[in-house]
Amino acid sequence: MSRSHVNKSHADDILRIALMSAAVLAVGVLLLILLFLVRESWPALQRIGLYRFVSDAGWHPLEGAFNLAPMLIATFAAALGAILIAGPIGIASAVFGRFYAPPVIAETFRRMVALLAGIPSVVFGLWGLTVLVPIIAKWQPPGASLLAGMLILAFMVLPTVALTADAALKAVPKQYLHGANALGISQAGLIFNVAIPAARSGLIGGILLATARALGETMAVLMVAGNVVQVPNSLFDPVRVLTANIALEMAYATTEHRSALFVSGLALMLLVVGLAAMAGKLGGRLHG
Amino acid sequence: MTQIKQTPTHCCSEVNNSNAYTLGPIEAGPPCCEPDPAIRVQNLTLSYGGQSALDNVSLDIYRGCITALIGPSGCGKTSFLSSINRLTDLIPNCTVTGKVEIENTDIHAADMDVQALRRRVGMIFQKPNPFPLSIRRNIQMPLREHGVKDRALLETKLQTALQDVGLWDEVKDRLDSSALSLSGGQQQRLCIARALALQPEILLMDEPCSALDPLSSAVVEDLILSLSGRYTVVIVTHNLAQARRIANYAGFFWAKERTGKLVEFGRCQQIFESPAHELTAAYVSGARG
Repeated sequence: MSRSHVNKSHADDILRIALMSAAVLAVGVLLLILLFLVRESWPALQRIGLYRFVSDAGWHPLEGAFNLAPMLIATFAAALGAILIAGPIGIASAVFGRFYAPPVIAETFRRMVALLAGIPSVVFGLWGLTVLVPIIAKWQPPGASLLAGMLILAFMVLPTVALTADAALKAVPKQYLHGANALGISQAGLIFNVAIPAARSGLIGGILLATARALGETMAVLMVAGNVVQVPNSLFDPVRVLTANIALEMAYATTEHRSALFVSGLALMLLVVGLAAMAGKLGGRLHG
Repeated sequence: MTQIKQTPTHCCSEVNNSNAYTLGPIEAGPPCCEPDPAIRVQNLTLSYGGQSALDNVSLDIYRGCITALIGPSGCGKTSFLSSINRLTDLIPNCTVTGKVEIENTDIHAADMDVQALRRRVGMIFQKPNPFPLSIRRNIQMPLREHGVKDRALLETKLQTALQDVGLWDEVKDRLDSSALSLSGGQQQRLCIARALALQPEILLMDEPCSALDPLSSAVVEDLILSLSGRYTVVIVTHNLAQARRIANYAGFFWAKERTGKLVEFGRCQQIFESPAHELTAAYVSGARG
């Protein structure tokens, strides 16, 4: 064995170990966070118990009442509303970009959507607070409301939906489209009967990913949703979502209150990781 | 025009056997014995962004016959095929000049309904391309798109189309399973059934057997042969033996400086046995290509 050969395999080993460490670190962080969340929420889970988190008289942590249900409902309602708005718009815009827009416009559109994805959430919050909330307040006071939260979340997840839908439609094999064209099928028929069914798993994956993002978003929702702990009766009621609750109360929470906040964090994380994993599986099937 | 006067060979024997034809309108007839052009191509020139791919091709394609287009890769055979159903419209930078007439109608006329044209001119691709839908929807969706709404009629057409390609017995118990679960040969026959269900007059086939194993290939080849007489078939093939087995007419394309030209066109037997052009002779004998 020549010397250079030995050196080379030595360099390979170092690289392999370095890369493996990076990979282990990346996965390790996820596991550590999960472990940490479980450890911190453990006291609350043990002493309060899961049942009281949905059955207590309300969220009055200083008086020992820990009902998370209103915030869970608000979180789901805000995310659902955002997806109902952003889903159709995002998919429609991707269809436009892929099937109708001239290439120059489609490319510009894609770049702008990607830019939209890069806007910091606090900027969305500022815009919501100064533009969106006053508009809603004029219509149905107080303005800071579930509706404002839904809309701001819809704007924030729109790029996720649009970009994943665009990628899913791009991945539809050209031979399907040629086949449809050769059969004299109209452009609309091609889109609804061939392209969208072929891209379905990718489209659903994108929606799930956007849902995960909407559930986990904190700052912008906190700024526009009003943060009253209540089950909303209408779109115009102010609500508090789980993430906002953690951000608002963590600073002064102690003992069981603090631990209860970790429980809500753990619940959110499991939900979001679950959704993201499902989205990844669907996306993988699309390309596999 | 001399070859036209020749006594036709195998197609007429099949015409007399009227039971062999269950497809298409009988009255359109298979007048292969007296060649009558269904497609007239005059001075067709095609280029991709300035690079000429096909130069000044003129030929008549006869109704009810199988016409094979042969020649090496990159000599414009597929481009020629795509210009007959105007699939070339979808290729950016592709410009087509010259005249293509189908049943005396100029397909480039301003008032041409391209979707209706593509219904009349079916196309089968090299790689089977069933849609990722059920077998049933693969056949029925295009029919629905062309305005067939009656359920009973859709079911009848589904069964007829699948029977015509010999697929019915193989798939009748799983019409609602994915078309992608079929084998390659079955997928290709499904694609042919999908095109036949629209009752086209002309079928364009771009190397329909080249992605199939030999057994499936033989089944599809027999199917194509059975279409002779009822449909005007234009088939691009690299398989010379296949062209010889199934075609009534053959056109030989050759590329010079990446520009394809039609070198020779005539009865299949003549092209293979007594070619007029030395390039054709070299190609069909395997000396060049």
